[in-house]
Amino acid sequence: MNANNRIPDHQAVLELTVNNHPGVMSHVCGLFSRRAFNVDGILCMPMTDRAHSRIWLRVQENERLNQVVSQLQKLHDVHQVVRHSPEHEVFSRLALFFENA
Amino acid sequence: MIRRTGAELTIELLQRQGISQLAGIPGGANLPLYDALSRSAIRHVLARHEQGAGFIAQGMARTTGSPAVCFATSGPGATNVLTALADAYLDSIPVICITGQVPLPMIGTDAFQEVDIYGMSLPVTKHNFLVRRIEDLLEVIPEAFRIAASGRPGPVLIDIPKDVQQATLEFASWPEPGTADPVQSAPQDVLERAHGLLASAQRPILYLGGGVIHAGASEMARQLAERCDLPTVMTLMALGVLPDGHPLSLGMLGMHGAAATNHALHRSDLLIALGARFDDRATGRLGEFCPDAQVIHLDIDASEIHKLRRADVPLRGDLGATLEKLLGQVRPQRRESWREEIASLRHRYPEPLWGASLERPQDLIRRVGQEMGPDAVVVTDVGQHQMWTAQVYPFSRPRQWLTSGGLGTMGFGLPAAIGAALAEPQRPVVCFSGDGSILMNIQELATATECKLNIKLVLLNNQALGLVRQQQDLFYAGNRFASGFDGEVRFCDIARGFGWSTLDLAETGSDPHRLAEALAKPGPQFIHVPINGEERVYPMVPPGGANHQMLTGEEHECE
Repeated sequence: MNANNRIPDHQAVLELTVNNHPGVMSHVCGLFSRRAFNVDGILCMPMTDRAHSRIWLRVQENERLNQVVSQLQKLHDVHQVVRHSPEHEVFSRLALFFENA
Repeated sequence: MIRRTGAELTIELLQRQGISQLAGIPGGANLPLYDALSRSAIRHVLARHEQGAGFIAQGMARTTGSPAVCFATSGPGATNVLTALADAYLDSIPVICITGQVPLPMIGTDAFQEVDIYGMSLPVTKHNFLVRRIEDLLEVIPEAFRIAASGRPGPVLIDIPKDVQQATLEFASWPEPGTADPVQSAPQDVLERAHGLLASAQRPILYLGGGVIHAGASEMARQLAERCDLPTVMTLMALGVLPDGHPLSLGMLGMHGAAATNHALHRSDLLIALGARFDDRATGRLGEFCPDAQVIHLDIDASEIHKLRRADVPLRGDLGATLEKLLGQVRPQRRESWREEIASLRHRYPEPLWGASLERPQDLIRRVGQEMGPDAVVVTDVGQHQMWTAQVYPFSRPRQWLTSGGLGTMGFGLPAAIGAALAEPQRPVVCFSGDGSILMNIQELATATECKLNIKLVLLNNQALGLVRQQQDLFYAGNRFASGFDGEVRFCDIARGFGWSTLDLAETGSDPHRLAEALAKPGPQFIHVPINGEERVYPMVPPGGANHQMLTGEEHECE
């Protein structure tokens, strides 16, 4: 079986490098909700320096995504936004975990 | 080593930022800050409602262009100031709001006057901080000023728990004050594409937004218009960039813009948008806005470009730096036939002629503007009086005009006028308000009296929420509901109770000499002007309608 097959191809994976503090998830998630842009997968872990975290988001790839990405880049706690294809392994491996569970 | 409490540290850092006055209201959770403030050289202006404090700070920031500060306590103090922050966010105004918060160990316990103002302010601020350690203040305060002033300006909230204010820190040296980041021009290769379009366009229009004023680029925008012979429209936020009567000025565009202006836009083949964000009140139905125009869009905020209208030439950069470069490169142009076409549009859709009598509100507003002169600051509340002022006031310079654009907040006017008078005491300030708006922050009449400010408040009273009633008349089959004030309020009695001098045109009639006398008198003057409740703001584009299909008033009378 291949978890990738279950990911519709109109999705994208965003990888964010952010400051690690208690408000940063609110900043990022709030931006998506108030711009009415759906996030269907989210994963966040502190990086080894503990001062930063990495957030992965699985989002819809549509004409509004560019706008949301440029809004994300404006957040002061967000240092970098990298766009990946929907096959990015972080979510496909996570999907396997859910199936096994 | 330097030794300070968190409160002392905060106040000293504000002083180091050049803050000489701020507005606010004390309460339990910010009393340490107030105690430290009492021993500083900063002048404190005691507002009567935290929303007033927020708008006083906005008035200062809008007139000077520099970040201004307001204080509020936790809980209700913080929620009260939120509207003023949301207003600053939508109009890109650099305001720093410092709120007290319950002590850290009590956060999350539903403590007395605890609200999560960090969470609540998140969507209405450019950035916000909850300060968890006293040492963070050394970084957070300058950083807040840097963020508020850099790029596209905006409000920043700093929430400081009471125990952080009370803690003591030893540190070696003061941080540098936070200042705006250096600016950058849009890249040269894209600028060259802009030249190409400018040179080949037959019917170009320059579309100026509030960003021109924020960037301090008004003079360069005017030079560009003149060099390239560009008919120019301004958004509500950009009024004053071109002075009243400038031969290239087509005034305000959009919902209440002149008919000829919106028709000219409809025919344009090139739109040069500078620091404008294609707001729905400016564009009307987006699909029919300048349908034949290519777009050059210059903005400091990358997320504004392509947001609502695809730009053919996207220019991301500082307006001042980019226009400077552009002005060095473009050749003078003449566009006789396009200007003739616009002149014939103006002939076909003439603007109403306003008379010398003061019977109609538009006449009175223009007259007040002439009496106040070019040095005055003009502030409005929100509603019909605001749109009439935008349409007829003789604007002469940028930062002269303070109005709530994006959020459209009734209650903005009086406290913003107080802020303007505090920031620029040498200038007279006139505030137009309505009987709906004034009651939303009328308590600030007390603040103005206390500070002996030179403010002329002109209250246009139609005993209604006029713009609401206008919409009910036009779009809800005349079903006037909840838009009229049946109980008569004696505004002049109220104003005198707050210590203002008053002139009531209901008693004196609209005598221009009495009006001029009241406007020229120093100190706070309250001028009550009863107006005809049937006056409307025309032209009007119906909400959701296309700009070239305006109601001018005649079609309504025919119905």
